[in-house]
Amino acid sequence: MEATIPISVNGEARQVPAAATLADLLAQIGLDIRKVAVERNLEIVPRSRYAETPLAAGDRLEIVHFIGGG
Amino acid sequence: MDGLPIAAQDDSWEVAGRRFRSRLIVGTGRYKDLEETGRAIEASGAEIVTVAVRRVNLGDPKAPMLQDYVDPRRYTYLPNTAGCFTAEDAVRTLRLAREAGGWNLVKLEVLGPPPFLYPDMRATFEALEALLKDGFEVMVYCSDDPIAAKRLEEMGAVAVMPLGAPIGSGLGIQNPVMIRSIIENAKVPVLVDAGVGTASDAAIAMELGCDAVLMNSAIAHAKDPVQMARAMKAAVEAGRLSFLAGRMPRQYAADPSSPLAGLIR
Repeated sequence: MEATIPISVNGEARQVPAAATLADLLAQIGLDIRKVAVERNLEIVPRSRYAETPLAAGDRLEIVHFIGGG
Repeated sequence: MDGLPIAAQDDSWEVAGRRFRSRLIVGTGRYKDLEETGRAIEASGAEIVTVAVRRVNLGDPKAPMLQDYVDPRRYTYLPNTAGCFTAEDAVRTLRLAREAGGWNLVKLEVLGPPPFLYPDMRATFEALEALLKDGFEVMVYCSDDPIAAKRLEEMGAVAVMPLGAPIGSGLGIQNPVMIRSIIENAKVPVLVDAGVGTASDAAIAMELGCDAVLMNSAIAHAKDPVQMARAMKAAVEAGRLSFLAGRMPRQYAADPSSPLAGLIR
């Protein structure tokens, strides 16, 4: 069985494969990456670097998008 | 724009080097659904729309998104910091917005507690300073305080946006004297942001000489939001034309419109 690591995504605990990148996670969730932005441990991850951003145990991710607002 | 005088057709305004013809900026929140949001915004004629930044729903990643109904290639998205009560949260939110959207023109609002959600100017100054250092172009929601508005401008805000009344209250322009004073002293665009309840309120804001008006609830919470969006478009245009035309002087006695000479005897 593949080893997994614990991370937090939008405040929810998740397990991801130990070798997963941010791009893998977004694909697994099923998000259109052109419409979201990601913060990893309080640092913005540019969209161009998702594939080369490995996830580490304890990472705290925020994935956001635009919604209606005034 | 057919039928309007040439002067009105050419009457555009500029913020942070971007030029716009519509002087109505609309929010995209509080509508029944995204379809209604899209139709109301279309009817308003707005070129700039405010948007909020929130966590995606991980349980429903394919849910329709705002961009599917309000095309960011057609409208300038102005990300806001609604819900931020500290400078730190506001800066963090707008950094994410910049990454999501790829532009740096933003609306800063740091609010005090309910029931009035009045702008917290100390936190607003702090957030503005951090955002300017980080390369943002910032339109700032602020109190109707000429000193605070001037200070924002001197710090580098690209527009100041005093409230006409508390957010979502629909009470209309409660402070025309202070709004006018801010306009008279400003070198950057002044927008009334918050407080408009109905079309005449928008016209009053424009007659005071505002560069534009920003509203959300007045349209979204009308019984018929699409019809109200049309009303607001007309009111902003009427108020602007009225301001440019220059109103007649007030006088406290009658002055007949028909000549008194040549009356039959």
